[in-house]
Amino acid sequence: MASSSSSWSSNGEEEPHVLAVDDSVVDRKLIEKLLKREDCKVTTAENGLRALEYLGIGDEKGTTPNQELKVNMIITDYCMPGMTGYELLKKIKQSSTMKEIPVVIMSSENVPTRINKCLEEGAEEFMLKPLCQSDVTKLRCHMTKVRNPSNGRFCLGR
Amino acid sequence: MDVNQLQKRFIDYTTTLVQEGFLDDQFNQLQQLQDESNPDFVFEVVSVFFQDTDRLLNELGKTLELQNVDFKKVDAHVHQLKGSSSSIGAQKVRNVCIAFRNCCEEQNIEGSLRCLQQVKHEYSLVKNKLEYLFSLEQQILAAGGSIPTWNE
Repeated sequence: MASSSSSWSSNGEEEPHVLAVDDSVVDRKLIEKLLKREDCKVTTAENGLRALEYLGIGDEKGTTPNQELKVNMIITDYCMPGMTGYELLKKIKQSSTMKEIPVVIMSSENVPTRINKCLEEGAEEFMLKPLCQSDVTKLRCHMTKVRNPSNGRFCLGR
Repeated sequence: MDVNQLQKRFIDYTTTLVQEGFLDDQFNQLQQLQDESNPDFVFEVVSVFFQDTDRLLNELGKTLELQNVDFKKVDAHVHQLKGSSSSIGAQKVRNVCIAFRNCCEEQNIEGSLRCLQQVKHEYSLVKNKLEYLFSLEQQILAAGGSIPTWNE
């Protein structure tokens, strides 16, 4: 979806691909729109398992990491049935192929212990819902950290 | 009614809904996400909210009717409803959900049933108002106008 008017192309950047994970249909629609407004490509997943399958690091036999897959950032809700966003974060950080991808956690609840444990586990940011456009604009710096998850250099911008 | 009058009515009505606390600034955020590439965005998100809420209210009714109420389950549904109402700016619905969650924590059946009635009531009010707002949108578009955002 190369667009010469993309807000990324003026810096020579390709549009980032963001994986958004949320069990709420309403919130998936909202986060997708917010990200598209930042000219991102968006894939949504309704739970942690689906997200892991998409990334090729699910537990199913036969899922192999997809070397062609380019995901620049993962944004996930914290409270989800089954696997929480925190558990998803841990699985991503345990993966040799996907651990470099920046992960952002969203939650409707402001719980300091929750925030701290996510940040300690390697989440880039913890954001309170509902998100607005300026929240997502702030995440742009994280989207360009990883050029190619499977063999890229990790450019620290923090 | 001409386009300008319709647009004014639209703005005035949205302002009133915010002043009366039915909607909060998050609704304005949704309106700002609407553009030519997605002119029905607000309608789409709110429609999804209506469907989702109908489902949740139905589940809540069933769960609270059982002999042994599973309050964890009730709380999970209310948490979802609190989240989605918050995401579209349906403030009164969200506020009832907060009280509802307290009842769940206390394992208070009567309180929970009261909250369910209250949340159904608030939902039905805001749904009617939003449906009216969408009908105004349709009239504006049919008359060749564009939909204003309320704080313009």
